[in-house]
Amino acid sequence: MNELFANVRWDEIGIATWDTLLMVGGSMFFIVLFGLPLGVLLFLTGKRQLLEQPALYGVVSFVVNVLRSVPFIILLIVMIPLTVALVGTSLGVKGVIPPLVAAGTPFFARLVETSLREVDRGIIEATQAMGASTRQIVTGALLPEALPGIIAGITVTAITLVSYAAMAGVVGGGGLGDLAIRYGYQRFQTDVMIVTVVLLVVIVQLMQMLGDRLVLYFSRR
Amino acid sequence: MIELDNVHKAYRVEGREVSALRDIDLRVERGEVFGVIGHSGAGKSTLLRMINLIERPTSGRVRIDGVDVTGYRGADLMALRRGIGMIFQHFNLLASRTVADNVAFPMRLAGVYTREQIRSRVDHLLGRVGLADQARKHPAQLSGGQKQRVGIARALACEPRILLCDEATSALDPQTTQSVLELLGDINRELGLTIVLITHEMNAIRTICDRVAVLDGGEVVESGGAADVFLHPRHETTRRFVFETESIDEADWAEDFAHVPGRVLRLTFRGQATYTPILGAIARRTGVDYSILSGRIDHIKDTPYGQITLSLVGGDVNAAEQELHGADVDVEVLRA
Repeated sequence: MNELFANVRWDEIGIATWDTLLMVGGSMFFIVLFGLPLGVLLFLTGKRQLLEQPALYGVVSFVVNVLRSVPFIILLIVMIPLTVALVGTSLGVKGVIPPLVAAGTPFFARLVETSLREVDRGIIEATQAMGASTRQIVTGALLPEALPGIIAGITVTAITLVSYAAMAGVVGGGGLGDLAIRYGYQRFQTDVMIVTVVLLVVIVQLMQMLGDRLVLYFSRR
Repeated sequence: MIELDNVHKAYRVEGREVSALRDIDLRVERGEVFGVIGHSGAGKSTLLRMINLIERPTSGRVRIDGVDVTGYRGADLMALRRGIGMIFQHFNLLASRTVADNVAFPMRLAGVYTREQIRSRVDHLLGRVGLADQARKHPAQLSGGQKQRVGIARALACEPRILLCDEATSALDPQTTQSVLELLGDINRELGLTIVLITHEMNAIRTICDRVAVLDGGEVVESGGAADVFLHPRHETTRRFVFETESIDEADWAEDFAHVPGRVLRLTFRGQATYTPILGAIARRTGVDYSILSGRIDHIKDTPYGQITLSLVGGDVNAAEQELHGADVDVEVLRA
C-alpha cells in the first residue's frame, strides 16, 4: 500500500477533501439562497405566467445567460478584485466561494425556472380558484410541487460545483483539485493524481445517490 | 344567483382577434344545477372561468347575487373566489400533500380558521365524500373517482355558495361517473349549493341538471329546462348531442321508416303520464294497431319521461291522433 502510493500524504488528502466539501457546501448555501428567488422571478415574469413582464424577464434572462456563458476559469480570474473586496482574500476556501456562487447561481436559477414550469398549470389554476395570492401560490403550491425537481437541480448544481472547485487549484484555492494540479500534474506524482480523481468520483457518486433518494422521497408517486 | 350579462371574450392569436365567447346572457338561480354542454372548443371552459374571474370578459358584466364583480381585484377578488369552489377534469390535487392536507389547503390559505376548526372540518368533509380512511394517503395512491371526491371535499372546504365543475367526470369510467354525479346531486340538495357544470357528456346533464345551455362556436344556441331542451331539441348541435347518446343516426332512421306502413308519430310523455296506459286504451277505442319503432323510458334529473316512435295502421287513425293530442302527451307527426 505505502509503496504503491509512495507520494501520497494521507493527512493532506484528508484536508483537501474537507476543503472541497467546504467549498461546495458553502457556495451551495448561497447559490440556493440567491438562485431560488431568481428562478422564481424568471418563472413568474416569463411568457404567459402569473406576473408576465417581458422587459424584466428579458434583462434578467440576459444577465443569467452571460454569467452562464463565461467559462469558470475566466470568471475565477476576472472576479479576483471583487472576491478580495467581498471576503478579504482570493486564496483558499474563502477565496473560491464568491466565484463559485457567481457561476452556480444563474445555473441553478435556470434549473429552478424549468422545474417550476413542469408543475401542471392546473395546479396553479386550482390554487388561484381557492382565492390564493401570488405569494401563496408560489409558497403553498408551486415550490412544494416542484420540490423534487428543485432537489434534482441542487444535486446537478452541486456536482457541477465539484468540478468547478477542482479548477480553483489554479488560483491557489485549495481542495482536491489543487492537490491534483500541484502534486499530480506539476510534480508528475501519478499516484496522487489517481487518489484525488478517485475521491472526486466517489464524492460525485455519493451526491448523486443522496440526491436521487431525496427526489424519490419527495415525489410521492 | 349568477348572471352573465352580454359577455364577450376575445383573444389575440398571432395578431388576429379570435372571439371565444359571443353575447352570452345567462342566469343561474340560487340552488339550481345548471349545465353547459358543448363540444371541445365551444368555449365552455372560458365561460365557466368567467364566474370566478380566472378569465375576464372583454366586455359585458358578471354579477353574483346581484353584485357586479367584473372589476374585482386584489382582496375583493380573493374573497369572492373563496366563496366559489371549483373541481376539475384532472382533479388538480397537490401531489406533495396528503389527502387531508389537500382538503385543508384552501382553509389555510384563507387564514381565518383555527387549527381545530380546520381539523374537524377536514374530518367532516372526508367523511361526507366517503374517504375518512384515506386521509393520510397521497393523491397518487388513490383511484380517479377517489381523487375527484377529494377534489369535491377541497372545493367545499370554505363553505362556498357556488360550485363550478369543469368536466368533472370526463376522466372517469361510467360507474365512477355515476357515483360522482350522485354525490354532486346530494350535495346540491343538502347544502342548497348552486352548481354550474360544463361537460360534453349528455349523461352528466341528464343525471343532475335542472337547466341547461347548449354552447356552440362561442354562442348559446339553446337553453332552458333540461327536459324541455333534450326532449325537443331544436338546434342542430343539441339534436346531435341527443342522437349521439342514444346512438341513433337520423339518416338510417328515416330509411327504416320508409318500409313501415301507416302514420309515424313520435310521442313524448313526461312525469306521471309516462306510467299511464294511455296507448293501449286509445288503440282499443279507435281500433288502430300500433307498432313501436323505437323508444326510451328514462329520467332527466327527477323527471321521468318516455319518448316513443310508433306507426299507426288500420282503424280510425285520425281519431287516435286526436285522442293522443288530448291526453297528456306531446305528439309530433314524423310522417303523415
